[in-house]
Amino acid sequence: MVEITDVVCSLCGCVCDDIVVEVEDNNVTKVKKGACSVGKSKLMGHGRIESPAIRENGSLKDCSYDDAIKKAAEILAAARRPLLYGWSSTVCEADKVGVELAEEIGAVIDNTASVCHGPSVLAIQDVGLPSCTLGEVKNRADLVIYWGANPAAAHANHMKRYSYISKGYWTAEGKKNKKLIVVDVRRTATAKMADVFLQIEQGKDYLVFSALRAMLYGYEDVVPEVVGGVSKKDLLETVRMMKEAKFGIIFFGMGVTHTGARHNNIVNAIQTTRAAHTHTKFNIMPMRGHYNVAGINQVCTWETGYPFAVDLSRGYAWYNPGEHSATDLLIRRECDVALFIASDPGAHFPGESIRHLAKIPVIQIDPFPNPTTEFADVVIPAAISGIEAEGNVYRMDNIPIRLRKLVDTEYMADEEILERILGEVRAIKEKEGE
Amino acid sequence: MVEELLIRNGVVYDPINGVNGEKKDICIRDGKVVEEVRNPKVIDAEGRVVMPGGVDIHAHIAGGKVNAGRLFRPEDGRKGREAKTKVCRAQSGYSVPNTFATGYRYAKMGYTFVMEAAMPPLAARHTHEEIVDIPILDNAALPLIDNNWMTMEYVKSGDTDLLAAYIAWMVKATKGYGVKVVNPGGTEAWAWAKNCDLNDAVPYFDVTPAEIVKGLAEATEKFEMPHSIHVHGNMLGHPGNYEVTTSTYDLVKGIKPYRDRPTMHATHTQFHSYGGTTWADFESKAGAIADYVNKNEHVSIDLGSVILGDTTTMTADGPMEYSLYQITGRKWTNHDVELETGSGITPFLYSGKVSVHTIQWAIGQELALLIKDPWKLALTTDHPNAGPFIGYPIIISMLMSKRRRDESAEDMHSAIYKRAELPSIDREYDLNEIAIITRGMAAKTLGLHEHGKGHLGVGADGDVAIYDLSPEEREAGKIQKAFLNTKYTIKGGEVVVKDGEVVAAPAGKTYFVTPECDEKLTEEMMTHLKDKFEHYYSVTFNNYPVQDAYVPNPYEIKAPWRS
Repeated sequence: MVEITDVVCSLCGCVCDDIVVEVEDNNVTKVKKGACSVGKSKLMGHGRIESPAIRENGSLKDCSYDDAIKKAAEILAAARRPLLYGWSSTVCEADKVGVELAEEIGAVIDNTASVCHGPSVLAIQDVGLPSCTLGEVKNRADLVIYWGANPAAAHANHMKRYSYISKGYWTAEGKKNKKLIVVDVRRTATAKMADVFLQIEQGKDYLVFSALRAMLYGYEDVVPEVVGGVSKKDLLETVRMMKEAKFGIIFFGMGVTHTGARHNNIVNAIQTTRAAHTHTKFNIMPMRGHYNVAGINQVCTWETGYPFAVDLSRGYAWYNPGEHSATDLLIRRECDVALFIASDPGAHFPGESIRHLAKIPVIQIDPFPNPTTEFADVVIPAAISGIEAEGNVYRMDNIPIRLRKLVDTEYMADEEILERILGEVRAIKEKEGE
Repeated sequence: MVEELLIRNGVVYDPINGVNGEKKDICIRDGKVVEEVRNPKVIDAEGRVVMPGGVDIHAHIAGGKVNAGRLFRPEDGRKGREAKTKVCRAQSGYSVPNTFATGYRYAKMGYTFVMEAAMPPLAARHTHEEIVDIPILDNAALPLIDNNWMTMEYVKSGDTDLLAAYIAWMVKATKGYGVKVVNPGGTEAWAWAKNCDLNDAVPYFDVTPAEIVKGLAEATEKFEMPHSIHVHGNMLGHPGNYEVTTSTYDLVKGIKPYRDRPTMHATHTQFHSYGGTTWADFESKAGAIADYVNKNEHVSIDLGSVILGDTTTMTADGPMEYSLYQITGRKWTNHDVELETGSGITPFLYSGKVSVHTIQWAIGQELALLIKDPWKLALTTDHPNAGPFIGYPIIISMLMSKRRRDESAEDMHSAIYKRAELPSIDREYDLNEIAIITRGMAAKTLGLHEHGKGHLGVGADGDVAIYDLSPEEREAGKIQKAFLNTKYTIKGGEVVVKDGEVVAAPAGKTYFVTPECDEKLTEEMMTHLKDKFEHYYSVTFNNYPVQDAYVPNPYEIKAPWRS
């Protein structure tokens, strides 16, 4: 038995890195410290795709890595409008090969931010993002606001490690030094812990941000008695807390990005933060979901100039989310081949796009089976990053941390699979060129 | 196989070796300059200007804030797009080009080394990840070590040896090159939305920026560091800041450097040479700064010269970016980094029709023209803050042509004639002086000349720029064009640019320094450092240092403790 410390969790955007596990006979046998229940479950392992497979006559038939990679390369090399999608639950080293492959075949490369915090990216491109690292929040924040986010369920260690419950330099007594405000449409587990809970009406985030912003700029008189289901009295109290805080932070989640005004919600949230910043220190941060969704945004940006929905069919990068983001492309039935890696569009994309996926060749690279496997034509199992493979990831606050390898595996890492596909694609194209 | 190259018939400017426009052959074998070659490939330079590969002492080309700049400016991305070729990856961006374009464009200008000027230690992995994706250029990065709690605590307690031990650990942990200072104390204060002037107490830490600068200079000189502290001082961009600037220089006056180099490199000095009390009476004080630099030997500078047009400003000086955003009302990103530093980013347009911008534009060039000894200054634009690096050839042509400066001034705001000195300066740079401020000085100031950079002496790296320029050429337009796209750029003996096109894109080397510190001292420092990780950092001590995997082409420079 070997004990491994400083294990980095490859589950959510918290990227907890103080986990201690025991490894015996090349298996993680115990998670001793640090992980939440979901992270623990991933570390302990569960059902996975066992063999590479190619669909024949409607059912997947096991094959060798060589055959699956060759088949995937043939499909991609022949594609006219390929889509390469996912990238958020793997390491940056693999993402880089993904961008190179997209350039090679003139693909659209998109990642899960497209159906997640994509609206936040659009808002940042509009107004910027005053933010900080999570350690800043831990050490300084005396006011924490979760808006449309329920970390108690979705980012289970977030409050304990970084925000409301954590203890830092100016917050040595943890939550005794802090106030918690939760804004949500229902009384979530997080809301139950809050000092102030603003239960707003579905889709009224934009209005409530606007009211707070007006008040922060001194225009209380324009705010009506009730806004989005919240009384003016409660809004005034919220504004008082914001102004009196020494360091405030708004964490926002899918409840804001995917309701009503979408990216305009986030623009307004950021502008509310800027309004609060005229009184005191105030920051804002998206609650990124997958452990490396921030990382694929980073890699895609430094390599192509843009964070998601990048069309490389012209030879250079073209960026217009809404035109060639993955779901738009699929709903228009524009793409003729799709490669999905480290993601599950089968479970998360709209029905109309799934219907198109059923008609075109689909390649899947993933350690785990999911609804996407049900219609994939080539399935390539991968090593689990953070357990069987190492590599770089970016936490939700864009801090890079290196995932550790805990056990050996026969499965190929994402990076190697992609490099081999890229090599095969180049060989095919060279042959065609001759 | 031995690879040999002979560059024949060039007019060579190699100031480190005292070669000033001599017709001279350059021989390269296996990537290094040698005395003679036997069976070389031959490049006939046909009387053109030949210089060592350019060395940029200060640019923001990789890392968190550069990428945040790219991410929030897709409009900038559209400006520089070029399709992939057999050699080159797809390119995008103007003021914030993607990593690939960064490498290609520098190489086309004849540059072969660039210093990334600000690496937040906690995000050092990010800087290195991007550096790996910048082709051709050799590189290094300066970690920020001035607003760090450990630094301020040791400065307060006066434990310079422990501060040195901390610097040693930090430079090693980040695979960095030296000690970067950005608005010392002010960035920590910005974590509470405040700022610090040179002699203000930093909130909660009870030290002043002046004490931080002095302490860091003293601690840095305890090692045989190739480079001095690299300082972006307090009050950047504020009218009337020139006295803060000279007071900052004064802080390190008595400190003895380990070798023949200054004890402080003061960066993007244009932003620190302002007179007046408000934007209304804003004026150039380049004369006062130049006067100081002329009279003293302990400070070197780089220009931070303005390129007119749109750019993306970015710095670890969070409060400065906030001020700028308040002036323009454009988008603003900020990212404070726990226990260490921060950053801000906002787009900015330098317009020749605006009095302040016109004066800023003049100041950068005034510094170059009023400082007598070109070995004291390097050409930079603090890319992308005063403008993108792709504008260097414009500055070169201005410095070489009084006529071009006068013609430009005619189209600009009349403030240039009232509150700047530039129109009254007649000096023109010659090619030898240009070679000094674009390679020789930077290589020497960084200590890289001892590692083969910035010159063409025997043993130097085979990094050569051949400009399509006759030494007699005086027409500013032709000079600018020649410095934008080389006839040849040779990197380590390999032709990487030919006739302005990138023809090969090998990976660059990453230079990093290993300061060697006494074990006992390190041990004592470590108890304090580990306490910080135990209680305040959000990553663990063991996950913090940059792993070797992030620096695939390392070049280590050891910096022993000075006896």
